[in-house]
Amino acid sequence: MTTAPAGTGVTGQEPFLLSLKGVSKAFGANQALTGVDFEVNAGEVVALVGDNGAGKSTLVKAIAGVQLCDEGSFFFKGEPVKISSPQDAASLGIATVYQDLALCDNLDVVANLYLGRELFAGGAGRSAYLIDETTMEQSSLKLLESLAVTTIKDVREHVGQLSGGQRQAVAIARSLLGQPCVVLLDEPTAALGVAQTEQVLMLIRTLRDKGLGVVVISHNLENVFAVADRIIVLRLGRRAASFDVRGVSREDVVAAITGAEFGIRIDNPEVTA
Amino acid sequence: MSAERKEPGAARGIGGMLREVGRKLAQGEAGPLLVLLMVAAIWTFFQFQNDRFLSPINLTNLMLQQAAVATISIGVVLILLLGEIDLSVGAVSGLSASVMAVLIVNRGVAPVLAVCVALGLGATIGLFNGFMITRFRIPSFVVTLAGSLAWVGFQLLVLGETGTINLSDNFVIGLTYTFLSPLVGWIVVVLAIVATLGFALLGRARRKAAGLQVGSLNGLAFRISAIAAAFIALILVVNQDRGLPLVMCIVFALALGIAYLTERTRFGRHIFAVGGNAEAARRAGIKIDHVRIIIFMLGSTFAAAGGVLASSRLMAVNQSSGSSDLLLMAIAGPVIAGTSLFGGRGTAWSALLGAVVIGSIANGMNLLAFDSSVKYIVTGTVLIAAVTIESLTRMRRQGEQRV
Repeated sequence: MTTAPAGTGVTGQEPFLLSLKGVSKAFGANQALTGVDFEVNAGEVVALVGDNGAGKSTLVKAIAGVQLCDEGSFFFKGEPVKISSPQDAASLGIATVYQDLALCDNLDVVANLYLGRELFAGGAGRSAYLIDETTMEQSSLKLLESLAVTTIKDVREHVGQLSGGQRQAVAIARSLLGQPCVVLLDEPTAALGVAQTEQVLMLIRTLRDKGLGVVVISHNLENVFAVADRIIVLRLGRRAASFDVRGVSREDVVAAITGAEFGIRIDNPEVTA
Repeated sequence: MSAERKEPGAARGIGGMLREVGRKLAQGEAGPLLVLLMVAAIWTFFQFQNDRFLSPINLTNLMLQQAAVATISIGVVLILLLGEIDLSVGAVSGLSASVMAVLIVNRGVAPVLAVCVALGLGATIGLFNGFMITRFRIPSFVVTLAGSLAWVGFQLLVLGETGTINLSDNFVIGLTYTFLSPLVGWIVVVLAIVATLGFALLGRARRKAAGLQVGSLNGLAFRISAIAAAFIALILVVNQDRGLPLVMCIVFALALGIAYLTERTRFGRHIFAVGGNAEAARRAGIKIDHVRIIIFMLGSTFAAAGGVLASSRLMAVNQSSGSSDLLLMAIAGPVIAGTSLFGGRGTAWSALLGAVVIGSIANGMNLLAFDSSVKYIVTGTVLIAAVTIESLTRMRRQGEQRV
């Protein structure tokens, strides 16, 4: 891939939806990221894996515009772009769902989905700043239906009463209201039970089938193999390897994460252990 | 954990309905139901002790007496919704009323203008509080507690040597001592009932047209008839005395306005969001510091309005205006009636209901000529009990959360 022009797909035909080149970030003496490349295509689930402190969160924060990186260039659909604030990321169509979900437990599902972008009623209601609850509830139901989220029966239930999987579904659905093309999910299945994990993985597949680029950070390799198309491994702030999920064993990925095959050039999916 | 478990869709028949009501009570979701039971118990007790308690004249006096507290409480509800507290509402009410009285009596300013100045002073103090809390990240109870000392000092300064200023102008006194004639009272009540019914049916029709779930027509009819019955009982009682007090309409309108603001507007939604999870609100693009500053301004403005009403009731302002247990009553009322001390849960109506509960206890004990010692002990116990109940329901709610 080193021969491909910046921001261009492997084929050289179609540019990646989002790609990063040579991203570096240091916190004082601690080099969190060193020359990391990253790319995600439309209709693709990319899993970003690595041990604690490998730089996953730093990379995601750079993409989300929460934390600026020191070096590196960003390309969106092949065009160079700058992401220096969360608003920049949002206007490009990059949505992020953080691990803590950032939901208001005291509000219902509809209110959480529309938080910060409530719809106003038309006519006389508009001048009275009236919220259009009816339309919001209608489109919330439509949105959840389009994502095949069947677990949430009552969109007027307070989010605090929902299960972990339902809350994750609400958080993901909310990120989709802004019509994004790329969705970053930070540990979406952490702390979920088996059935709820499966629901969230189904939801991630639905996002991919809708043509979004999905980036999933996860520690759980089982889930990664269940849902990802491509796996990018970070180790000690560098991109250690990337694999197509169909041609790789779990041992290869673990080896890349831990650096067990130190000395072998493992930034090449063809090299197997 | 509570003994009963939530059984979705299992509430069938009378038994199921009772269980559902019990669950809602236990989790603090029943809203005003628990408070109404409390009021009924208090009224029954005092009526048995002294049969003048439920007389029209005493109930009317109860309303006049509690109008100021209820008004301050409306502002307190807004601040509690944010999960903050304002310990200066008592002092702000006293200072604002003092400034108003001095302007009217000593400076000959038009009463309407003086009231506006008092409200403006409240808003300015709220702006100061909000600024200190958001800009310097000082906890609100510190800012407002320290502030309340200063405002009391200003109040003494403004009142000067005399210490007491008697009010005689018709506008300020008329706020409390104007009563609507029986016919006008009936018209107001009928309009209120028709409006309640109309908006409820309109909202239901809109949801139905949009293909959304609607509650049963029976439930709606029951709710509306309960509200209508309460309104009619009220007008029947007050018309036996002097008529519907104007101040009651004012307080009701203020509560209605804040209920609309909090429950129907985007700004109101953001208040709940900041109180529920400030970080989530910030990430959703809500300017949480703006929300905080505006709410503290509104809170202090309502405190000033309460001060004006208190001086109207007393027909005077003195050095102890706004002091004693006013602050605690204004905060305790909404909490007793279901507004959370921890933010994100509550309604403007809890200010009114809470004022009725606290006012009934105070009024009843006065009628029975209890000693001050007993009054303090009882009031304190009720407040502790209310806060404990609130905490318990909160724990139950979290216990019910499925993980």
